[in-house]
Amino acid sequence: MPVEPWLIFILSVMIIASIAALEMEDILSSIVAIGVVGLGVSLSFLFLQAPDLAIVQFLFEIFAVIILVRAFLKKDYHKEKPSTINKILAGVTVITLAAIFIFSISVFELLPPFGEPLMTTAQYYLDNGAKDTGAANLVSSIVLDYRAYDTLGEVTVLFAAILGTFTILRIKSKSKKEKTELDHAAK
Amino acid sequence: MIVYLLCFALLLVGLYGVLTKRDLIKIILSLGILGYAVNLLLILFAYRNDSIYPILAKGKEVKQMVDPLPQALVLTSIVIELGTTAMLVALAIKLFEKYETFDITQIRRLKG
Repeated sequence: MPVEPWLIFILSVMIIASIAALEMEDILSSIVAIGVVGLGVSLSFLFLQAPDLAIVQFLFEIFAVIILVRAFLKKDYHKEKPSTINKILAGVTVITLAAIFIFSISVFELLPPFGEPLMTTAQYYLDNGAKDTGAANLVSSIVLDYRAYDTLGEVTVLFAAILGTFTILRIKSKSKKEKTELDHAAK
Repeated sequence: MIVYLLCFALLLVGLYGVLTKRDLIKIILSLGILGYAVNLLLILFAYRNDSIYPILAKGKEVKQMVDPLPQALVLTSIVIELGTTAMLVALAIKLFEKYETFDITQIRRLKG
């Protein structure tokens, strides 16, 4: 089964959904459109023969949508007023990004074509992974054995991010403190 | 080739959102799009024609397999993305509590 037409279709849907997510005014619709993009990524991982990644991406997407909806839905949300400076800025940005896209075509021509990767290090892992590590899943043999120090570093980054999240959420903001003090004074 | 270009276009859409949007929620969503595009681009580089996922099984004939190295690296990167998204959301909530707006131009104006 040819993979490329399917991927082109999914990627087109994802580009449309991401543009919709950025341009829609209702914030709940934006978050749902981001969910569409993430599930498209998960589907393309399935087509690209990466089932582990598809499962992880699916879970990530659901968690991300839950976090975003929980965090932003009840906030009273002010629409941004359109201004001329902002429109000029957006136009300049679009032109610059289009120029980058056109110049990038020659860069992507230098890369190996789709479907024929450079398999210099990876071929060793495929041939000797089961013998060296005893893992049937070669992806986990790389994550937990060949590149275990990378994984350790990435787990450290994850730990720092979660620690930062809890630290930020514990700090009481100044205006809220003042408000509670005012409430106490009123009583 | 055309798949790479479409994926790069997705990355540029995310970059456009980060550069032009004034709303904190939209900026967080654009950062998410950037992350998706980078992960997908790495996995696209790893695909090999007529090959299967890199999992060995008994009784299955070992054919060509796709490149497992980018898959292993992207696996951890996805999880870290969730952590950083949660941290960005926490920062945005704190900013909203203090300034009662998500507009970054107004947040810059209200100092102290």
